[in-house]
Amino acid sequence: MRTIALAGNPNCGKTTVFNKLTGSSQRTGNWPGVTIDRKEGRIRGVENTVLVDLPGIYSLSPYSPEEIVSRDYIVNERPDLILNVVDASNLERNLYLTVQLLEMGVPVVMILNMMDLAAAKGMSISAANLGRMLGCTVVETTASKGTGIEDVKKALDGAAKVEPIHQTFDPSVEEAISKAMEGIRSDLRPELRRWAAIKVVERDERSSDYMKEGFDPEPIIKALEDEYDDTTESIITDQRYNSICDIVAGSLNAPIDRNKETFSDKVDRYVTNKWLGLPIFILIMYGVYYIAVQTIGTMGTDWVNDVFFGEWILPAASDWLSDAGVNEALSGFIVDGLIGGVGAVLGFLPQMLVMFLLLAILEEVGYMSRIAFVMDRIFRRFGLSGKSFIPVMVGMGCGVPGVMASRTIESDRDRRITAMTTTFIPCSAKLPIIALIAGALFGGSAIIALSSYLIGIVCILASGIILKKWKSFVGEPSPFIMELPPYHLPSVTNTVVSTLQRGWAFVKKAGTFILVACALVWFLSSFNWSLEMVDANESMLASIGSAVGFIFAPLGFGDWEFTVATITGLLAKENVVGTLGVLFGFAEVSEAGEEFWTILAGVLTPLAGFSFLLFNLICAPCFAAIGAMRRELGTWKATGFAVAYQCLLAYAVAAIVYQFGLVILYGTVQPAIIIALIALAVLAYLLIAKDPFGTMKAKVEAVTA
Amino acid sequence: MVTLKEAAFGTEVKVKRIGGEGPVRRRLMDMGITKGCTIVVNKVAPLGDPLEVTVRGYELSLRKSEAALIEIE
Repeated sequence: MRTIALAGNPNCGKTTVFNKLTGSSQRTGNWPGVTIDRKEGRIRGVENTVLVDLPGIYSLSPYSPEEIVSRDYIVNERPDLILNVVDASNLERNLYLTVQLLEMGVPVVMILNMMDLAAAKGMSISAANLGRMLGCTVVETTASKGTGIEDVKKALDGAAKVEPIHQTFDPSVEEAISKAMEGIRSDLRPELRRWAAIKVVERDERSSDYMKEGFDPEPIIKALEDEYDDTTESIITDQRYNSICDIVAGSLNAPIDRNKETFSDKVDRYVTNKWLGLPIFILIMYGVYYIAVQTIGTMGTDWVNDVFFGEWILPAASDWLSDAGVNEALSGFIVDGLIGGVGAVLGFLPQMLVMFLLLAILEEVGYMSRIAFVMDRIFRRFGLSGKSFIPVMVGMGCGVPGVMASRTIESDRDRRITAMTTTFIPCSAKLPIIALIAGALFGGSAIIALSSYLIGIVCILASGIILKKWKSFVGEPSPFIMELPPYHLPSVTNTVVSTLQRGWAFVKKAGTFILVACALVWFLSSFNWSLEMVDANESMLASIGSAVGFIFAPLGFGDWEFTVATITGLLAKENVVGTLGVLFGFAEVSEAGEEFWTILAGVLTPLAGFSFLLFNLICAPCFAAIGAMRRELGTWKATGFAVAYQCLLAYAVAAIVYQFGLVILYGTVQPAIIIALIALAVLAYLLIAKDPFGTMKAKVEAVTA
Repeated sequence: MVTLKEAAFGTEVKVKRIGGEGPVRRRLMDMGITKGCTIVVNKVAPLGDPLEVTVRGYELSLRKSEAALIEIE
């Protein structure tokens, strides 16, 4: 079996090439330890060959996870061949990766892609000259139109015989490299020794992996740096780019006219314009919201939940089970526990697919990076990316696609913070809770709904400020140095493939968890401790609720009914209203629970009701959203931290509002005000202190040591 | 010391030195901003930051704080 790696810059058409070469034989997964998609597939019409798609990268530096993953793959897995996709219309920067790949000693076939765009730019490239200077086979393609793909397949066979040419640096750099080569471990492959020596000279963070024990490269590096009065890292980068300029000049049949205005320049005159940039952004975002939340997306989800499961599957299943004489407990488990759980997974799919489709189109067109460009100023203060706007906006409809939409954010830190905070914005399933509290306790005042959204936004922004300081968890900020790719029409294949792959990844990664968690809560709420099937108010969940209800007393809702309702809210937030209805003695209640408004008003003061609402809005989202968070955060441990953070924040906010509300509105001071004061102090400290988590860690270490 | 942050819009400037360190510096260089190359600052984002520049024939956006690391002639 031959392994071929596909490498290239972002926006060079690599995905299109991958789709054209592999067709439907793709498999997706994750690179180990990072939330970066790993795709592989068989090349159609070529026997015994696996194509592994490396992440889109500009270089092989040791800093970004994408670069590290690619580099480790080439060093450790040694693919037989690298297919390097190069944007012909942007030759200089693309070749910078090519020369680094060639340095690693693996044979390279260069796919000189986007020849149509290069021609439109007035460039005429001699592929033969390019290949001769670099030491690789060069194939010209326009993958978006399918041109040249067959030539790529034909080029695979002879390619391994072409010897990669190492570019040469200035004599004194070459001298340093050959001195450093003496310090390279003898068990490293001969093809990699020069590459490793360059890494040593560059002071690459991970170069000590390749050095002999006791070898000190510092004198070699120092001498070179003194000679050039610059760091070796820049000496080598400068010389790389200089030799690339020579190669480009030698392979162009005519010089490029750089003053020619391209199509993208014309579009960007409006799209990122000083005055029009923001209005256009708002208009496009409204379009996304309208399609994903207000119309098609929500309609699809409602249809799956209400019609497909509600009217077809569930009644059919219960009829069939009762006809077959299955006992009530088992049929309850199958219908409410299992099918309900499957419904919880699949119910989100339509909206998610609509969302993913819109994201894929925005990415393909090139507008996504413009969003980051236009909105960066506002969002970066809060540890978020301009692209965080979309997850939060979609989160108003449903947090699950909202969290999943954070996948488009490149910076690891920004993506993690976005995935952890998106669900603070009230989703549509939380609206019945808002309607219940507003209706029963506040005379239907619209201020309750409005303040719910405001508090959601404040929680997102405040959490951004807090979490970005938690470097050991969310990671370091990454520099905002981003390409604004040329606009182009989206490819149907790429958008559809990306949409389906992301949807399937959700079902696969989050599905099991959602199913098990839903079945568990169903079980706890349907059985008592002697495993007899009972109503919810006699169930195990009810006794768990009464046992732990005291925790919520400082928030004003210590009665067990509210604890149980909060727990069933983990299945789906709209359950909170239904469960309260059942516990207050109504078998079936309307969406906002009008039937028990008067009862609720007798049990809860408006202040306690508002506190209950706040807790439910901010605390852990439903299991489906937790599953989605797991996918974006990468590990269960990180997901556990995130959920714990959300619950603690919810507790703190509700305690502060309730306890200080008591003082202000009724002049009552409860002992539990201590909790509110502590919560306030901690939040203020986390918001204001420069490095609260580092200080805390140091304190803990000092105590334990 | 004049940096890219102060460069006038639409005029070609030549890079003299890249300041900063670690990932930021490396990323600037990887993206093609190296000693001696020419850059044109095209525009600034609607909210006043980041900048959009043309370097090596393509469009790149970077924050003013990063542009301030790039010394120009």
